[in-house]
Amino acid sequence: MSEKTPEAGSSLWRDAWLRMGKNKAAMASLGVFTLIVFMCFGVAWFCKDPNAVTLTNKFASPSGEHWMGTDALGRDLFSRILYGGQISILVGLIATAVSVCIGVTYGAVSGFAGGRPDALMMRIVDTLLSIPFLVVVIVLQAVLSVWSSDTSSWIVQHWNWDKTFTDRLTNIVPLFFALGLFGWLTLARIVRAQVMSLKEREFVEAARALGYDRFRILFRHIIPNTLGPTVVYATLTVPGFIMYEATLSFLGLGVEAPNSSWGILIKEGANFMETHPALLIIPGIFFSLTLFSLNFLGDGLRDAFDVKASKD
Amino acid sequence: MSFLEVKNLKTYFHTRAGTTRAVDDISFSLDKGEIVGVVGESGSGKSVTCHSILGLLPQPPAKIEGGNVSFDGGEILGLDPPLLRAIRGKRISMIFQDPMSCLNPYLRILDQVAEPILVHEDVTREEAESRAMEMLKKVGIRDAEGRANSYPHEFSGGMRQRAMIAMALVTKPDILFADEPTTALDVTVQARILGLLRDMRDELGVAVLFISHDLGVVADVADRVVVMYNGKIVEQTDVLSLFENPSHPYVKGLLACRPTFETKYHTLPTVEDFLETETSSDGSLILRERPDSQERLAALEREVEPSACSDITLLQVDALKVHFQSGGGFLGKPLEVVKAVDGVNLQIQKGQTLGLVGESGCGKTTMGRAILRLVHATGGDVTYDGSSLTSLSGMELLPFRKRMQIIFQDPYASLNPRMTIEQALIEPMIVHGLGADLEDRRSRVVDLLEEVGLSSAHLRRYPHEFSGGQRQRLCVARALAVEPEFIVCDECVSAMDVSVQAQVLNLLRELQDRRGLTYLFISHDLSVVKFVSDEVAVMQAGRIVELNSSEALYQNPREEYTKELLHAVPRGDLETLRQRLH
Amino acid sequence: MFRFILGRLLQGLLVLFALYTITFFLAKAMPGEPFTTEKNVSETTKQYLRKLYGLDKPLPAQYIIYPSKIITDRDFGVSTSKGRPVRDIIAQSFPVSLILGLGAMSFAIGIGIPIGIISAVRKNSWVDWSLMAVAMVGICVPAFTIGPLLQILIAANVPGLKVAGWGNPLDFLLPAFTLGLVSAAYLARLTRGGVLEILSQDFIRTAHAKGLSPTRVILKHGLRGGLLPSVAYLGPAFAAMISGSFIVETIFQVPGMGQHFVNAAISRDEFLLMGVALFFGFLIIMMNLISDILTGILDPRVRIGKAAQ
Repeated sequence: MSEKTPEAGSSLWRDAWLRMGKNKAAMASLGVFTLIVFMCFGVAWFCKDPNAVTLTNKFASPSGEHWMGTDALGRDLFSRILYGGQISILVGLIATAVSVCIGVTYGAVSGFAGGRPDALMMRIVDTLLSIPFLVVVIVLQAVLSVWSSDTSSWIVQHWNWDKTFTDRLTNIVPLFFALGLFGWLTLARIVRAQVMSLKEREFVEAARALGYDRFRILFRHIIPNTLGPTVVYATLTVPGFIMYEATLSFLGLGVEAPNSSWGILIKEGANFMETHPALLIIPGIFFSLTLFSLNFLGDGLRDAFDVKASKD
Repeated sequence: MSFLEVKNLKTYFHTRAGTTRAVDDISFSLDKGEIVGVVGESGSGKSVTCHSILGLLPQPPAKIEGGNVSFDGGEILGLDPPLLRAIRGKRISMIFQDPMSCLNPYLRILDQVAEPILVHEDVTREEAESRAMEMLKKVGIRDAEGRANSYPHEFSGGMRQRAMIAMALVTKPDILFADEPTTALDVTVQARILGLLRDMRDELGVAVLFISHDLGVVADVADRVVVMYNGKIVEQTDVLSLFENPSHPYVKGLLACRPTFETKYHTLPTVEDFLETETSSDGSLILRERPDSQERLAALEREVEPSACSDITLLQVDALKVHFQSGGGFLGKPLEVVKAVDGVNLQIQKGQTLGLVGESGCGKTTMGRAILRLVHATGGDVTYDGSSLTSLSGMELLPFRKRMQIIFQDPYASLNPRMTIEQALIEPMIVHGLGADLEDRRSRVVDLLEEVGLSSAHLRRYPHEFSGGQRQRLCVARALAVEPEFIVCDECVSAMDVSVQAQVLNLLRELQDRRGLTYLFISHDLSVVKFVSDEVAVMQAGRIVELNSSEALYQNPREEYTKELLHAVPRGDLETLRQRLH
Repeated sequence: MFRFILGRLLQGLLVLFALYTITFFLAKAMPGEPFTTEKNVSETTKQYLRKLYGLDKPLPAQYIIYPSKIITDRDFGVSTSKGRPVRDIIAQSFPVSLILGLGAMSFAIGIGIPIGIISAVRKNSWVDWSLMAVAMVGICVPAFTIGPLLQILIAANVPGLKVAGWGNPLDFLLPAFTLGLVSAAYLARLTRGGVLEILSQDFIRTAHAKGLSPTRVILKHGLRGGLLPSVAYLGPAFAAMISGSFIVETIFQVPGMGQHFVNAAISRDEFLLMGVALFFGFLIIMMNLISDILTGILDPRVRIGKAAQ
């Protein structure tokens, strides 16, 4: 035949990416989200101390000094928003990462095993889904926070870490776990359904006929094909977790001072809503923009990965 | 002027990828009480034609660029939607290919059949329902009164299509558009549905535009035939002249590349043996007869079948049983046992092909998988080259996995969409330790691709970048990567257009000649099985009802079921056609 | 049908027991001490209560005592922080939450489903885009922002509506709206997706070929299947709505059940915690059962009895 050099093919990921590139709302969302992440994790380090209290300068209007004014304690609002965003976004991302790890493994094993093990594993998921999520997160938080303050002092004592930093860290880590430990349930169901249907696909049967072992089939042939839906669902989970964090913080159960998060900023802002609405509205805008962009991004990814939308 | 007259109809699809001329300037007509067959392969524009006439196309992306359609003296193309709706379902009805997906699963059959009357005529619900019931009886739904309140999923495929036809005919339309109405059905059911359509034409005088990819089916029902290729009509004439004396090279190719009971070729002719295509400067396709087509055909006729006589039994199946359990959930119903394969004995000689035919649900696919131990056999024994496979553990089975392979029906689902062709073909070599190193394996992959007729330039591509026929070639190449002796071909050409089917069948033949392969060829298509097989087994309800050499079985069927099957096959040959037309 | 419901109820009992186990051990693992409350309970009372509820016994015994008391005496224990029987607390606050939840549910269905249908029918038009953008606002703006906004903008200006409180017939309007908004937004998206999915099916083409008007195609052929995802969502969502929301109750000062979830967890009130958790679990199981039965009615292919397979 021909002596041409092999031309590189276009993988499904690339195709999906190209489809996504045509979706203006999704691309704009990606841009907005990237910008917010860049501000919170890059620009923030060059900003003022978010906890520096200046009681003489309460409720200042925006100025060259304080771009978005100051809050009830004279702290720089802009800098507080960026630092708060760090926590909110981290909670969203890490809790999602935790639930993706658990959910994909659990769902894939359950779906691949089939039969009785699958039935049992799914009953467990059903049970966990009927537990009031908020209650468990609160209780878990309470349980883990004892552990976290113990750990914090242990780390400070043995490893000589900075106490403020360690406290901040151990304060939010339980939140990641509490959210991540329950957030994987829906994902496990999605992955299981995917695996169940992939298992019946002929390429998996071909793999069995070719004598591939179970691990090769599961990890090389089945799981890579579940990644599309997983990415889509994970993207839509991040805003959900950010919302949960905000809710918990609003209740005074999430992030504790001196950490701040968007939930806390909104709560603080709501107290002065009638006199200084900017304190509620500006963090609210950041918060909602992030959620908006992640949701639109997830929708765009879903359209891009949708099998039915692709050719043939 | 004819009852329905289509003139210069053009329907284009405008997408981001560019413009497709799905229907490109076609003209034809349909008279009262006539059955006109529209034949073409997938993408030829035959369905789009129907949908354009009835205004059923989603616009955009489709756009009707021009033409006229006159129906009973009036123009209907571009008619006001409400006026068109008054015609649709009342004077021109339509039935579709898959009656399962085309009937609403949430509504009772009777409600669906009565709905066109209720919408188009001013009658009471009782009257509409009684007329619907009458029509259900007329189309041959057994126990219509008892079953009219059932839902579509409670009907069998044939009964669903009958209900669909009842729904289309209940308003006594002048014209019925039938879009591949029997493609999803078994041959015996297909024969009955075709008979029903002919009866309805005789009884109600309805004109039928019968769309099909299958020339054999069209020969069974049509008075005139329109052949479409790439959006254009290449030939239209009465059905007898089409079969007797086709004029267009594409039609000649299409007629020749179908395996029939009479085919004597060892290698099938393909459409390419007759037709040359060239893309002209303005992007349109120029079709031309091959100057050397006669010589090519003569060369094929001279080919003789290599005497593949062999008396070494490669595979022996004894009393094989596969039973599935269904039901029996938590507090559920008692267990129900489905006997998919129920005591099958057969053997295959080395280098030969055993054809396994049967209708859907007869257990032929399960049997192919049970032989390869892809499903667990409930009882019986499979002996391959002297060793029993039934009791082997996973590791002990591995050497046999190298020797026995399978090719599936759906080449789209048979390849992992996330692996390049190179990865997919190298993987089996790694698992079975074939090839010295990566370089060696790569060069083997290149050889394999060329052996199945693909270019090595495709190495880094992904499966979705190939056509259906190419993908099936890839599946063949992957099976060959482990150098097997025995291959189960499970309906492996069933989803293909005839022209592609001929190419893949030829490839399988060629590989068998060259590599001495043994095939178990599973198919519902008796003509194809006749063409490829040395021996044929007929399967029904989990058992083999008849097994004989291919010639003997088709000439002298012994069992009633075999006779029924053979009788139901649309033969699509001149003799049968002349008989039908007297 | 009967067998299906019985099976599901038995399954539900197992789930409830698993739920009890989890809450029991979580409650035991919580830091702090029960009976440390705002109300001063004397040491003798504490001792008495401890003994009464078996808190002086070893853990395995405690694990068995609580459910057996529920079964024999319908006694859910005493709230250690409120000093009242848990049963009374639920009996008092649940009706409030039920009214609020029913109102929220009506808002959610009444707003969400029509919006979803309109969006699906006018797919990719500006109507669709703007409705879906509004739905996105409902999802992205938290209740604790919308609630106060409603108080300022509406309650302060419309006569008859109060900023907060519970007692007048109209008091449920604003909190129910706030509570139902998120669900309305989800329902709109689910309904749109479901209806679009159905509208892309082959039998819709059949319906058009029969000459039906577009309205009839959607109402008769599109809606039934298109509502299935919404029905599946509504089961658990309704259970969550009628069991109260702490945030909405706090903002509008509604004496519902949601506050008890949070307060019990914070004040280590283990009987109250287990009581409300079990009650919530019970609601979820019942609502899921109802939504499955509804699914069976809408979709003949999963008719109950067959679904048990």
